[in-house]
Amino acid sequence: MKKVMNAGLGLMMAAAIAAPTQAEDVKIGMITTLSGGGAHLGVDARDGFMLAIEQAGRDDVEVLIQDDAQKPDVAKSLADEFVQREEVDIMTGIIWSNLAMAVVPSVVRQGTFYLSVNAGPSDLAGRLCHENYFNVAWQNNSLHEAMGEYMSTEGFNNAFILAPNYPAGTDALEGFKNRYTGELANEVYTQLGQTDYAAEIAQIRASGADSVFYFLPGGMGIAFMKQYAGSGVDIPVYGPAFSFDEIIIGAIGEAAIGVRNTSQWAYDLDNAANQAFVSSFREKHGRTPTLYASQGYDTARLILDALEVAHPDDKDAFREALRAADFDSVRGDFRFGTNHHPIQDIYVREVVANGDGVTNQLVGVAVEDMQDVYVDQCSM
Amino acid sequence: MTLSLLFEQLLNGLQLGTMLFLMASGLTLVFGVMGLINLAHGSFYMTGAFVTAWVTGTTGNFWVGLLAGMLAAAAVGAVVEFAVIRRLYHRDHLDQVLATFALILIFSEGTRWLYGSSPLWLNVPDSLAGSVMLPFGVEYPLYRLAIIGMGVLIAMGLYLLISRTRLGMRIRAGENDREMIGALGVDISTLYTLVFALGAGLAGLAGATIGALQSVQVGMGEPVLILAFVVIVIGGIGSIKGALVGALLVGVVDTLGRVLLPDLFKLFMEASAASGVGAAIASMLIYILMAIILIFKPNGLFAVKH
Repeated sequence: MKKVMNAGLGLMMAAAIAAPTQAEDVKIGMITTLSGGGAHLGVDARDGFMLAIEQAGRDDVEVLIQDDAQKPDVAKSLADEFVQREEVDIMTGIIWSNLAMAVVPSVVRQGTFYLSVNAGPSDLAGRLCHENYFNVAWQNNSLHEAMGEYMSTEGFNNAFILAPNYPAGTDALEGFKNRYTGELANEVYTQLGQTDYAAEIAQIRASGADSVFYFLPGGMGIAFMKQYAGSGVDIPVYGPAFSFDEIIIGAIGEAAIGVRNTSQWAYDLDNAANQAFVSSFREKHGRTPTLYASQGYDTARLILDALEVAHPDDKDAFREALRAADFDSVRGDFRFGTNHHPIQDIYVREVVANGDGVTNQLVGVAVEDMQDVYVDQCSM
Repeated sequence: MTLSLLFEQLLNGLQLGTMLFLMASGLTLVFGVMGLINLAHGSFYMTGAFVTAWVTGTTGNFWVGLLAGMLAAAAVGAVVEFAVIRRLYHRDHLDQVLATFALILIFSEGTRWLYGSSPLWLNVPDSLAGSVMLPFGVEYPLYRLAIIGMGVLIAMGLYLLISRTRLGMRIRAGENDREMIGALGVDISTLYTLVFALGAGLAGLAGATIGALQSVQVGMGEPVLILAFVVIVIGGIGSIKGALVGALLVGVVDTLGRVLLPDLFKLFMEASAASGVGAAIASMLIYILMAIILIFKPNGLFAVKH
């Protein structure tokens, strides 16, 4: 008798646990870079994303997180596992464009939604755009383009431009040249992962340029800026926010003071959603969020907002809800273009002293309502 | 290309060369004396940089940090030799490569566990900040000049150590005939530990000085390690003189190639394509150099006879 009761109780409990997973639970698969030289980008994107999920307090949303170690093959096999075995409804998290190109096209073709927290390669905005793919960060070229325009309006007419020799690097310089109207003193490609820039800095000194624009993410940017500051060259430096996030300028130190950079977000942007985000992120993690954290946070909030309207199983309704982008973005105004990439303001920030360290301070707007140039190539 | 720019780039090449020499000398000593291929040499470079950044941050004194970083790398080297490397001397090179590769992974993850994955702070000391005026109107960073000076001093020190001291005599004897010096009553295992710690200490010193110029982060040692291997292959594996000449050659060729090649391609190509192609060829240049040298000198420039 007791046995039967126990079995019955067990069955009831199993039913109680199993029932909601059938219809309502939402599974999100996050593949991001949590180890290796580029780890701080992935860690911040994850922390921002999970902060929004925790704040929502919904126990029907499950997030699975895996580390891709910045390797395309690892990301691809993790994606297959998420889609086929875990049957996730939504995927997100990839930082690097080469990894995104390996994963995203097949994921969205299989009917899973993908929301990009960071990577925005040009193909996914144009030729390979897809109804299930949304980019909540930016198209890769955007911040560089905005800087090109900003430097032109500031009256610079002889810029020295520099980037690593890989796809995102050439995209960066192409993007910059798109809106920059002045002359170029020189255009230099460095090795990816290069850490000594003495030769390039000597070229900058000898070039007679009136400004320097560079895109060197991660450790490359730290190395360049420290060496630049020690070299005695005083030509002003500009770049996208990727070269000057809070972690990078923290490592560069005082040498970064005065540098201006373009970003779609700043931690001191004056809106209620952003203030709430920055203070709760600081409270939880004890550091100032980077733009990557803001992108993770926005992505999660967009998903949560769309879940209020429809479950991802109802693909058309959920897609419409995403497209509407009704959430309060921490970057202020935010809407999607027809290729599901953001139309947003790009701001200019300046690195200033802050107590013992340095920090980015909002200066103004570089370009309002900026849309990427690949939207016309998208057939959606 | 003006004369002053060329002179400045030569100095840059020299500075890169002296740093490579610090890495390559340890690598080539360990190979010459113990016959060991040590892939984990880059980990000592990283250890030196991290300890220097940490101690400098705590004490506020770069020089204390630099000394601590160098000693820590040497100590870690001695411990690793005692615990792991010692078991590898009689194994073949493939086993050594596998085991020391495992050490790289352990060091990298261990460092990440201790210090986190964000890069650390380490700045050039105030006394060496800024730049100085040199002949030909070249304004050159004082710190890089100091690195060149330090490299010259260490090269001379190593030369004296190996040619004039009892330890050096044993090292040379070890290179020539390992069994014989053991038979002659030299405490061979202490000698091996000393040589290994010396190499690790030099790598740590290189990591610490470069850390102040670049960024201190996990995995910083591996790109340098690859260059150091190119250096010792060019110079002749086991030869300190070869390591010095190879390091300076690689430093100067790499630096000048990066600057001159894009300009060269601009003579007959469109500017933006030329900088892309030039940069791509420049990154291969030292490997091309290595291939050419090996065609004429298959054992390197200063081949060691065994």
